[in-house]
Amino acid sequence: MKNATPLIWRNSADRYHLMGSHCATCNTDYFPERVVCPKCRRKGKIDAKQMPTEGKIYSFTEVHAAPTGFEHETPYYIAIIELPNGVKVLTQLVDSPDEKIKIGAQAKMCFRRIFEEGEEGIIAYGFKFKVV
Amino acid sequence: MVGIVGYGAYVPRMRVKVEEIARVWGKDGGRIGEGLGIKEKAVASFDEDSCTFAVEASRVAVKCSGVNPGDIGAVFVGSESKPYAVKPTATMVAEAIGATPHLTAADLEFACKAGTAGVQACMGMVSSGMIKYGLAVGSDTAQGRPNDALEYSAGGGGAAWLIGKDNTIAEIDATYSFTTDTPDFWRRQHAEFPRHAGRFTAEPAYFKHVLSAAKGLFERTGTTPKDYDYAVFHQPNGKFPLRAAKTLGFEESKIRQGLITPLIGNTYSAAAMIGMSSVLDVAKPGQTILLVSYGSGAGSDAFKLTVTNEIDKKGRRPCVPLLKAIEEKEYIDYSAYVKHRRKIKSL
Amino acid sequence: MRSVSIIGVGLTKFGEHWETSFRELISEAAGRAIADAKIEGKDVQAIFGGCMASGRLIGQEHIGALIADQLGMNPVPSTRVEAACASGGVALRAGIMAVASGTYDVVAVGGIEKMTEVSTEEAATALGGAGDQEWELFNGATFPALYALMARRHMLEYGTTEEQLAACAVKNHKNAVNNEYAQFRKEITVEDVMDSGYIATPLKLLDCSPITDGAATVILCSSDKAKKFCETPVEIISSVQASDSLALCQRQTLTAMRATQEAAKLAYAQAKITPKDVDFAEVHDCFTIAEVLATEDLGFFPKGKGGKAAQDGETALNAKVSINTSGGLKGKGHPVGATGVAQAAEATLQLQQRAGKRQVSDAEIGLTHNVGGSGATCTIHVYKRL
Repeated sequence: MKNATPLIWRNSADRYHLMGSHCATCNTDYFPERVVCPKCRRKGKIDAKQMPTEGKIYSFTEVHAAPTGFEHETPYYIAIIELPNGVKVLTQLVDSPDEKIKIGAQAKMCFRRIFEEGEEGIIAYGFKFKVV
Repeated sequence: MVGIVGYGAYVPRMRVKVEEIARVWGKDGGRIGEGLGIKEKAVASFDEDSCTFAVEASRVAVKCSGVNPGDIGAVFVGSESKPYAVKPTATMVAEAIGATPHLTAADLEFACKAGTAGVQACMGMVSSGMIKYGLAVGSDTAQGRPNDALEYSAGGGGAAWLIGKDNTIAEIDATYSFTTDTPDFWRRQHAEFPRHAGRFTAEPAYFKHVLSAAKGLFERTGTTPKDYDYAVFHQPNGKFPLRAAKTLGFEESKIRQGLITPLIGNTYSAAAMIGMSSVLDVAKPGQTILLVSYGSGAGSDAFKLTVTNEIDKKGRRPCVPLLKAIEEKEYIDYSAYVKHRRKIKSL
Repeated sequence: MRSVSIIGVGLTKFGEHWETSFRELISEAAGRAIADAKIEGKDVQAIFGGCMASGRLIGQEHIGALIADQLGMNPVPSTRVEAACASGGVALRAGIMAVASGTYDVVAVGGIEKMTEVSTEEAATALGGAGDQEWELFNGATFPALYALMARRHMLEYGTTEEQLAACAVKNHKNAVNNEYAQFRKEITVEDVMDSGYIATPLKLLDCSPITDGAATVILCSSDKAKKFCETPVEIISSVQASDSLALCQRQTLTAMRATQEAAKLAYAQAKITPKDVDFAEVHDCFTIAEVLATEDLGFFPKGKGGKAAQDGETALNAKVSINTSGGLKGKGHPVGATGVAQAAEATLQLQQRAGKRQVSDAEIGLTHNVGGSGATCTIHVYKRL
C-alpha cells in the first residue's frame, strides 16, 4: 500500500519486539496481537506480551516470484517458525545456508529492513529470523 | 566514575575478498591486499543497513549491561551512511531496545568518529547527573566507489556502548580530543560516494590527529605507552594503526587484539569501537586500554580506560566473542556484492 | 426455506482479454445465461455479483451498481460480494438465500474478474490481499508461498511428492481440452510440470493457476417455478459456508483446511448424502496442493492419500470421483471473482448432460468447493437434477 505511514508506524513496536497478546482468562498467547480472544471473546482479558524470540522451523519455502517491492530480493526464504509458547509466526529467513534450512531447525529473531516505499518513502523495519 | 556498562558489536555475514574486487578491475589483488593489510571486507545484505547494525549491536550492549532499558536517558547514533538523511536512526534504535519515550536522542556525523563523539556526549550527561545511562552507537554501511582505492576497504558494521556510573565493566578515566578543519575525506550532500584527497589522508589527516590526541591524553593523564596493556586505533586499513603504534612507542603485540580491519574491512564509525569490543572480550580486571578514534574532517577522540572486576561476572560480556562471531561468514562475488549494495542504477 | 434451482448458465471464454473490457465481460456472460434460462431481462429481480479486487485491478468499486447499469437492469437491487477467491461462491450463496427466503423468485448471480489491466506483480500483490495483508504480504509472502508452506508440510507429514501434485495439473489440463471456455486447451505432462521452474518451492509455475480475465453467470429460480422456464433445472440441495483464521500460521494445521472440513460436514448433512454419493466435484485448485487438500477434506480420500489418488488416476474423468472436469482453476483459468460461479455453471452443465466430451456418465450428484485466500473462507454447494 502506498503512503500507508500510520499503518506501518502503528505495528512497528510489534514488529521490533515480536509483541503480541496474552489472554489471562484462558492463558493463551497470540501473535499478532488481538483485540478479542478467539477462545473467550467477551470473557477474555487481553494484555500485551512479548513472544519468545527463538523457535523451530515449522515449514519453509524459497520464493522466486515476488510481489511488488520485493522483486530484487529473490530468491528469499519465507518460513513459519513455531515458538515454544505454541505461537506460530510467518517471517523471512535470512543469513541461513541452504543446507541448514530444514523443518525442525532452530531459528532466532534478528532485526532487518522488511520493505521500503520506493527510494524516497518510509522504510519498514522489523523481525526476520535466522537459523541458529 | 563514568564508564562502559555494556558493549556489543555486529558484523554482517557476507564477505567480499580484496582479490575478487581486484579481479573485476584488472588489478593485482594480492599486491593491493598486502598494501592495505586487508584480506576481505564485510558487506551488508540487501535488507541490512546502518540502522539494523545499530539495533543488533545495541541489543547486545543493553543485555550485557543488565540495565532496565527504561533507565536509558539518551541514545546517540553516529554514522555517515544513515538510511534517512532526515529522520534519526537514534529513535528507531531507542524503540527497538525499549528505551522510549522518556529519553533524548539524536544522530551524529563526524565521518569515522561519530560513534566516539556520542560516547563523549553520554559521558558528559552521565557525569553531570543529567541522565543515568546513555547509549552511544557507531554504525556504517560504507559506500565504496567502484574502481576506487576505498572500494577495497569500505566495509559495514556496528558497535554500541552503554555508558553509566554504576557497575561499569571498564571505567573511562579520561578523554582528550584533537580537532581541526582538515578536508581529507568528504561527501557532498547529494553525492552517492565520498571523495578523498589521496595521500593527503595520511600524514596531515590520520596521523596528525591520532598522534596528537594520543599525546594529549598521555599529557593529561601523566601516562606513557608502557602504562597501557592494549591500544586500539581507528583502522581504515590494516597498516595505519601499526604505524601509529610504532610511532608512539607501542609494541605490536598490544594492538593485535584490537585490529579487526584486516578481516572485515573499515567499518567507519564502528571501526574503533569494534576493535575495542575484541579487546574487552579478553581484557582482565585492572588492565588499561588506550582507544584513539579518528574521523575525517578532522578529529580524534582518545580515551583511557581501566577494566573493572565486573567484566568477569556472568553475562557481562556478549555471548559470542567478536573474533568468533566474525568466523560465521559467507563469501560472495562482485556481482552479488554490487546487487546487495544497490550500486546498480535501477535498484 | 424453499428449494432453489439453477435454470440457466452463461460464461465468457477465460483467458487474457486484451480487446474485451470488464463491462463487456459482464454483458457477455449475463446475456448468455439469460438466453439459456429462456427468461427475459425483466424477470430478474435481484443481482449478486462476486468480484474480489476490482479496486486494485481496474480502479473501480461499486461493482453491484456497475453490473445492473451495464445490463440495463436499473432499478433492480444489485450487490457486490467479496470473499477473496470465494467471492463467486459466496455470491451464489447470497443469491440462493435471497430466493430460498421467499424474497425473490428469480435472481442472477454473476462473478467477474479482470486481472490483466495491471502488471503481473501488481496482480500478485492484489491477490495477496486475500491473505493477512499486515503480517503475510507485508513480509513478502505471496499466495504461492503460502500454499507452498502447506505443500511442504503435507510432503513431510504424508510423503506426498512433487510428482503427485503434478498429476493434478496434468489431469486438469487434459479435462480442459474439452472445455470450449477454458484458458488452456493443451495437454501437459508430469515432466512439463517438473521442468516449469519454481515459483515458491516446492510449487512450480505449472502447479499454479494462472492470471485470467473472465465472467460467469447463473440464473437462480425457486424450484417450484423453475420448470416454467427450463426443462432440466438443477436443484441446489445444499449451500453452506465456513470460516477459519485469516493468517495461515494461526491455523491448527497446515495439512488440512478446517473451513473445508466444517463446511463439508454441514453440506453432507444438509444434502443427506455421504462423500461416496458425489459423482463429480469442481474443487478449488488454485494450486495443485489445494486440490489434494480438497479431495481429502471433502472426504473423497483419507487424509494424506489425496496425492497418490491423483497419481493413480482416481480423480480422472469417470474414475472413482471426477474432479475438475472443467479443467479446474488450473486448466480453465482463475478469474478470481468468477470462479465460484463458473464452478456452479459446470455442475449444471454436467447434470443437464451438456458437458460434451467431458461428460461424467450417469452424473447424479455434483459438488462445488470454493475457497477464499489460504483457507479462511470455504463455501460448498451440492447439486442434483430437479
